[in-house]
Amino acid sequence: MKFSHLFFLLLVLTFAQIANAGRGVAPVNNELYKEECSACHMAYQPGLLPARSWKKMLNNLANHFGENAELDEQDQKSILDYALKNAADFSNYKRSRKIMRSLSTRDTPLRITNVPYIIRKHDELSNRHVRDNPEVKHLSRCEACHTKVETGSFSEREIKIPGFGRWED
Amino acid sequence: MFIRLSFILLLSWSTYANAAVIDDVLASYTAAGAGNFSASNGEALWNKDFPDPKSPGKVRNCSTCHGKDLSANGKHAKTGKVIDPLAPSAKSDRFTDKKFIEKWFKRNCKWVLGRKCTAQEKGDFLTYLRDK
Repeated sequence: MKFSHLFFLLLVLTFAQIANAGRGVAPVNNELYKEECSACHMAYQPGLLPARSWKKMLNNLANHFGENAELDEQDQKSILDYALKNAADFSNYKRSRKIMRSLSTRDTPLRITNVPYIIRKHDELSNRHVRDNPEVKHLSRCEACHTKVETGSFSEREIKIPGFGRWED
Repeated sequence: MFIRLSFILLLSWSTYANAAVIDDVLASYTAAGAGNFSASNGEALWNKDFPDPKSPGKVRNCSTCHGKDLSANGKHAKTGKVIDPLAPSAKSDRFTDKKFIEKWFKRNCKWVLGRKCTAQEKGDFLTYLRDK
C-alpha cells in the first residue's frame, strides 16, 4: 500500500471515529439490564460511571443504597458484565469522557450524583428546583428534567424542570 | 365481533396463565412443608406494621410502597417510581412469572419484615392476593 493510501485510510477512520462518538452517553441496549435496573428507578446508563464503580456496586446488591436489590447469580453476572463493558472508561461518548476526566484514578463513586462533573453541571440549581420540588426531590431522578434521558441524551435544550419549565444557563 | 371474541379469549387465557403459575408456586411451598394457605392470614400479615430500622418510631408495611388500594398504582418509598397495581384484576400479567414472584418476595420481605418470608407466609400472601 502506498503511503498516501494509508494516510487517506487513517483520515477516514479518524472521521468515522469522531462521527461515531455520541454526544451524551450510550443508550442502554441490553434488555435484561433495562428491565432489572428500571424496576425501582431509571436504568442509569453504564457510561455514567467507571467500571470500578459498577463492579463495587453490582457485587453488593443485597445492600443497594440501603435497599435489597438482590438478583439470582446468573442475572447478576450478566448485568455486571454489561455494565463493565459499557462503563464510562470504555466509552467514546462525550459525557462519559467528561465524567472520567473529572475523576482521579483513586475515586470510585457509587452515586452518579457524587461524580465531580455531574456535581459541577448542576451547581446552579437550588433547593426549590430539586429537593423541595415534589416532582423532582432528588438529583438522582435524571428523568424528572432530562426529557430525552432514555436515548442517552442530556442536552441542555431538552431540559424541562417541572414547575419551572425550560432551563437556560 | 372478532375483536371482542379475541379480547375475551385473551382475558381468559391470562387468568388461566396466572392461576396456573400461582398453583405451581403454591405447590412448591407445599413441597417445602407448608400448607393450608389462608387468605386471612395473608391479609393480616399484609397489613402488619414492622419497625423501620432506619427511622426509629416509624413503621414499614406492604402498603408503604404498594399503597392501600391493591388495584391502584403504588409508589416506591425511596425513588418515587410508580409501581403497577398488585391486583391481577387490575394488571393481568401479575403472578405469571415464578422467578419474578420469588425475586420480589425475597427483596420485599427483607425490606418490610427484616428477614426472608417462610414458605407458609408466601403461600398465605399469594392466596390473599390472587383474588384481588
